[in-house]
Amino acid sequence: MANIIGAVTTSHIPAIANAMANKAEETPYWKPFFDGYPPVRKWLNEKKPDVIVLFYNDHGLEFFIDKKPTFAIGVADEYHNSDEGWGIATIPPVTGESELSWHIANSLVEDGFDMTICQEMKVDHGLTVPLSLMWPGNDYGHVKVIPVCINCEQHPMPQPKRCYALGQAIGKAIESFDSEMTVAIFGTGGLSHQLDGEAAGTLNRQFDLECMDKLVECPEELTTYSNLDLVKIGGAQTVELNMWIAMRGVLRGKVTELHRNYHAPISNTGAGLLLLEHEMPK
Amino acid sequence: MMTANDPTQPVPGTYLFDGKMAKKGYGLNKMCYSFNEQSARDEFNKDPDAYCAKFGLTEAQIKAIHERDIIGLLQQGGSIYYVAKFAGLLKLNMQDIGAIQTGMSLDEFKAMLVKRGSGEE
Repeated sequence: MANIIGAVTTSHIPAIANAMANKAEETPYWKPFFDGYPPVRKWLNEKKPDVIVLFYNDHGLEFFIDKKPTFAIGVADEYHNSDEGWGIATIPPVTGESELSWHIANSLVEDGFDMTICQEMKVDHGLTVPLSLMWPGNDYGHVKVIPVCINCEQHPMPQPKRCYALGQAIGKAIESFDSEMTVAIFGTGGLSHQLDGEAAGTLNRQFDLECMDKLVECPEELTTYSNLDLVKIGGAQTVELNMWIAMRGVLRGKVTELHRNYHAPISNTGAGLLLLEHEMPK
Repeated sequence: MMTANDPTQPVPGTYLFDGKMAKKGYGLNKMCYSFNEQSARDEFNKDPDAYCAKFGLTEAQIKAIHERDIIGLLQQGGSIYYVAKFAGLLKLNMQDIGAIQTGMSLDEFKAMLVKRGSGEE
């Protein structure tokens, strides 16, 4: 069986990519955010996962609303980033893991998750910013990435409990893959923020911190929220918490928090970072 | 200036992008989606009206595009993820858009975020 070694959460907003491109990491505005990352980079460089299963949402690069998958998974050998229309530098191709991707896709559909299965998939900042953050200089070529895309843009969106169940089903699929490879899980996006409407700029620090606690100790409590609850409590785009919840669903047994950072605001967002390990039950 | 919120939307100041809005804003969002391509951005800049016509925008949508009225675009079925690409074409970022929508100056909007981020508000 493939071995799930741990998980990371991170924000993925475009402003982070611009800050890195402009070498602004040490400026007073950005330093409290970027200072959170070295311990996670160190863990990744020591543990050297072969594969990253990365939960993100597409913000209108690959998917338009003509056809909007609720859940999509990439099964390609390579993924490309592209112009998103607002000046973020594109980054080099991302390596895929086709065999494990197809294994997960088969297992998920068997388990009742009707995935959209993508042999071609342009990946946007939701996926690329976390990779750039973890491997500065875009030095991620050695890592294989499996993109799992969750609709956070158009209602109806999958609810937190469904996203948690998706994570559990992906965990089961990975564990049933006949290989010695090691896998880390990334949950990206969030936390509280609202980009649109007169309520733009909504942030909820207290809620974000509670979510991070619950994500470690009692993730099932997060699955009692509806997406509308998340919109009301933290702002319209707080639904991105679903990608963290899906990540957490993959982990089993006792979960240990190795590292945490929270800083708000980053642009309009509460930015959380977690590094988690778990003890697989025998 | 705060504008009246849509009474059909359940969260004040928030326009949930659901099926009704996705249908209403289809052409508008499709035009904004096209702005992923530099050639489309160039074509829009050359003749905005002709470009809006190509995507069948309604008069209200064209008016909101002309006036850079972000709230108006949302009310006309724009999704923030596609409207953001229009804003990008205007060289506006998310904080600029936040200030426009809330009727604040950019500095006021940023100060509000800092207060909320630190838990003061």
